[in-house]
Amino acid sequence: MDKEQMRLLKELMEVEFVVLETALYLNTHPNDERALRLHNTYSQKLSELESLYQARYGPLKNTGMSGCPWAYIDGPWPWEINFNMS
Amino acid sequence: MWIYEKKLQYPVRVDTTNPTLAAMIIEQFGGPDGELSAGIRYLTQRWTMPTNQGKALLTDIGTEELAHWEIIGTLVWRLVKDAPIDKIKGTPFEAHYVNHGKSPFPHNAAGEAWTAGYIQSKADPIADLHEDMAAEEKARATYEYLIRVSDDPGVTDTLRFLRQREVVHFQRFGEALRILQEYMDNKKYY
Ligand SMILES: [Fe+2]
Repeated sequence: MDKEQMRLLKELMEVEFVVLETALYLNTHPNDERALRLHNTYSQKLSELESLYQARYGPLKNTGMSGCPWAYIDGPWPWEINFNMS
Repeated sequence: MWIYEKKLQYPVRVDTTNPTLAAMIIEQFGGPDGELSAGIRYLTQRWTMPTNQGKALLTDIGTEELAHWEIIGTLVWRLVKDAPIDKIKGTPFEAHYVNHGKSPFPHNAAGEAWTAGYIQSKADPIADLHEDMAAEEKARATYEYLIRVSDDPGVTDTLRFLRQREVVHFQRFGEALRILQEYMDNKKYY
């Protein structure tokens, strides 16, 4: 995995983490409009980043689109990546 | 249903080859307060949770715990994958190695296999949410012990992240408990 892919993947992971955290919060505070705005903004950002990443590096889920050959199987798989750039 | 996402929840970094540390971290792969227990516990309790807030939390936190289980397996794997046999011999990882090689396996640090006896589901949402809150605190305590024994800065960084998640989960389950208590009080009056 080259530096650029790792950078984009890390950015994607960060944005997805925000969305997960706001979602958990909203599960017990469903009427919090400020949290909802934050969630929706980052949810939008996440879909944009996912489209960008997947267009370049292949599907992150097996429901995604791929060119030929099927790029979902391409390594490195998540447990094989060492995020040693800080 | 579930769909796999081809990424870890946290950018894991491992700086050393360290079978001894791997053998300790495996506590959270298959121990009583580990990530597998957490995931199976919450996902199992969903059917008898009456509030929508509680159903959503058990689903989402249960799912997140499985992502943590994947992170723990990754830490274990990366700590041992390059270890030559003489770096395994004489370490606590040796007993694991003679059965499972370098594959992570759901047992605790002392080698006891994972069992559903580690979890509960009582069809009593008050009892279940209290169990869940206790489970989060026990997982937090385990992560604090692991952070104390870790001598790999990358691993420590990931353990800190996982510890923090237990704190957040405890908070959310506490809110779900309050919501549940209100729901049950209202049911009594109407
Ligand atoms: Fe947790």
